[in-house]
Amino acid sequence: MTLLITVFAAIISTVLWYTRKDDDMKLGILLYLFWGASLMWLVDAVFEYAELKAAYFTPALEDIVNDAFLGLAVVALGLVIWLVRLLILDPRGVIRTRLTKG
Amino acid sequence: MACFTAPVAEAVIVKAVEKHEQKKELNNGSGEHTANRVTIPLSRRLKWLSNMLFGGSALLAFEHIWHGEIVPWFPFLTAMSNPEDAAEMFREIATVGVSMAVLITGVWALICAAAGSIVRRNDSTDTGTVTD
Repeated sequence: MTLLITVFAAIISTVLWYTRKDDDMKLGILLYLFWGASLMWLVDAVFEYAELKAAYFTPALEDIVNDAFLGLAVVALGLVIWLVRLLILDPRGVIRTRLTKG
Repeated sequence: MACFTAPVAEAVIVKAVEKHEQKKELNNGSGEHTANRVTIPLSRRLKWLSNMLFGGSALLAFEHIWHGEIVPWFPFLTAMSNPEDAAEMFREIATVGVSMAVLITGVWALICAAAGSIVRRNDSTDTGTVTD
């Protein structure tokens, strides 16, 4: 579930990044975060499948809920990292303007 | 347990190579245009790899904190508390961790090949610049 949520986050970020002419919102950061994590969890899933076989696809409800909760928390963390980086880089100069305008 | 440490180790090495390459390119004055052809500098391509490795590892480290495998006190990894768990952790780093690093590097190589062919294709029609 965590892998699935992260892959969806990666796909949405990629589409948003592609549809913008300039990367003035620094959406590229989200791409690196979510695609990097998705590939890593994919490997994790393959190893887990090799161990559990078919049982991998029938997890307990408690595990699904926990993994979904973790997936959402991971997306939230990714967005926070991106937001902090965006505000620090301030590519549009919004913060600089606000701070200097008094 | 600590599988993300293998990609982190690779990311640190790649970052060092990227910085070295960046300095070399700056000194040599090689940019995006070489011999009337648009190319992607190696430092930029390495930046894609290091960012993907660092980004993925950061989120994976969070997952380990979530599962209580990383703690804020020494030795930081709960598996280090006894030799049996530590041996299992090292086995996981050697298998899962290394596989993660290899997969990301493989995907990065494909991205580089695709980006190169896209740039060459566009280069024949116009001379645009390459951005991140």
